[in-house]
Amino acid sequence: MNIVEKILAKGSGKSTVAPDDVVFANVDKVMMHDVSGPGVIKVFDKLKKQGISVDKLWDPTKVWVAEDHFVPSAEKVSAENVAKLSKFTKNYGIEKHFKYGMGQYGICHTISHEEAMVMPGDVYVGGDSHTNTTGALGAFACGLGHTDIAYVLLNGKIWFKVPETILFKLNGKLPDHVMAKDVILKIIGDIGTDGGNYKTMQFAGTGIDEMSVESRLTMCNMTTEAGAKNGIVEPDQKVVDYLSSRGATNFNLIKGDEDAEYSEVIEYECSELEPTVAKPFSPENITVVREAPSVELDKSYIGSCTGAKYEDLEAAAKILKGRQVKIRTEILPAAISIYKRAMENGLLKIFLDAGVTVGPPTCGACCGAHMGVLAKDEICISTTNRNFPGRMGHVESQTYLSSPMVAAASAVTGKITDPRDLK
Amino acid sequence: MKGNIVKYARDNIDTDVIIPGQYLKVHDYAELATHAMEGLDPDFHSKIKEGDFILSGKNFGCGSSREHAPIALSHSGVKAVLALSFARIFYRNSVDGAFLLPIEIEQDAYDGISEGDEIEIDISNNEIKNNTKNQTYKMKPFSDIIGKIIAAGGLFKYKPDSD
Repeated sequence: MNIVEKILAKGSGKSTVAPDDVVFANVDKVMMHDVSGPGVIKVFDKLKKQGISVDKLWDPTKVWVAEDHFVPSAEKVSAENVAKLSKFTKNYGIEKHFKYGMGQYGICHTISHEEAMVMPGDVYVGGDSHTNTTGALGAFACGLGHTDIAYVLLNGKIWFKVPETILFKLNGKLPDHVMAKDVILKIIGDIGTDGGNYKTMQFAGTGIDEMSVESRLTMCNMTTEAGAKNGIVEPDQKVVDYLSSRGATNFNLIKGDEDAEYSEVIEYECSELEPTVAKPFSPENITVVREAPSVELDKSYIGSCTGAKYEDLEAAAKILKGRQVKIRTEILPAAISIYKRAMENGLLKIFLDAGVTVGPPTCGACCGAHMGVLAKDEICISTTNRNFPGRMGHVESQTYLSSPMVAAASAVTGKITDPRDLK
Repeated sequence: MKGNIVKYARDNIDTDVIIPGQYLKVHDYAELATHAMEGLDPDFHSKIKEGDFILSGKNFGCGSSREHAPIALSHSGVKAVLALSFARIFYRNSVDGAFLLPIEIEQDAYDGISEGDEIEIDISNNEIKNNTKNQTYKMKPFSDIIGKIIAAGGLFKYKPDSD
């Protein structure tokens, strides 16, 4: 069996599973946030009316909650949702609730690794499509809707069809200025936004061994944009070190067997990859930066679970150090812990000196929610994950998806710019 | 199950156009319905009628896990979406929450069915009848668990232990 089959077999108490088997897997961790949480509460209300008991959760210690999409609340509907969430976690005895304005908080998928909320070998589900991100820690991490999350909260398990796995093998080391984001955009461009539909996208090879845990998180994050059920990397010592430094103990490193089966193996030579952007209006609509259209950008946005981890900010700082931005540029560290490190290590000063506005952790404009959404006809380069029509604001705005280095270089010139071409 | 078709002859209709992100904070189902398909077809709310079906291409519902998407369509009156393929979370949200039927069709149905056609879906025989054009097409059968959850009326009414 491969790693996903092994985790799902363990989770469902079976000795072996194969693609297309349907299993009810026990869940190790479940997450919801200020969008899916109120949705789940709504499902609970419906269940109550149908006479189904919602008095007790299966295990409140396995549940954690993030406030990320609409914080800080811009208006009263968002404020009510956050208040509802606080009432819910208090009533049900959920202690791990990362609250805006109370120390560590941030985007749920960032909290998942910054706070070691998810461990290698876990079956982890979250009420958000980018739950796939956390598969980089060697967990089966999968996004679900409100009804399914409500089911998990009450029953501790959920059904899965065991997915086929595509193995992406990266050979060699990425060249300077080429980041994980460029690799995953290239992959999505090659296989399309439904190329991974219902499947696992597993990443391996020397290119992945060389990558930091945070780069692997970027890879797994955007498996969602290829439609994948989950993204995953087999856990290694880097993952153990990363999580240990964040307080984790008791590792159960599950890896695939030598003779594990994959539906397909696709190989990439890292040395051949280049800085890449996805043009409007699809993540599969890619081009290398040097062949990107010469458009006048209005904004550069460095934020989100995809592109505002510490490593992402560090990459942006390398480009912005001693330079000035030419267009509106916003940097929103994805969690308070990252914000703090960026302050301690002088990154915030580099950003502010360059003219950037640094905002609080939030999903914010990535999903067109608030805090910097785009006006009609505005063009943005962004380290986020989607560029569907209206994703970041007005339906006639445009978003180019890029790595933090490309977003920073483009902020400096006002045009889509390969960081290698910056003077 | 009988209904009339609203056709969007394109692939990759994503959750951001089905229900734009700014409405994710809304959890009132009737209000969500007023914004359904706003990112693609601002007239959707006025033209959709109770019991209608949507017909579309590949990868319908791609993008976010927002259950708002099937909720907004279902509370607009949409009883089924017929598509060449579906994105996985939209598909399971539709079924597990019992909001609407996601029907996978073949190319002949996609090509043959036009806007406004009256369609009859016969799940027990995996058939789609086009009453307007007097044609019949095959639908892809539901997988075992999906069929059972649909028959039960959603995930919470399905009893896995009785299998």
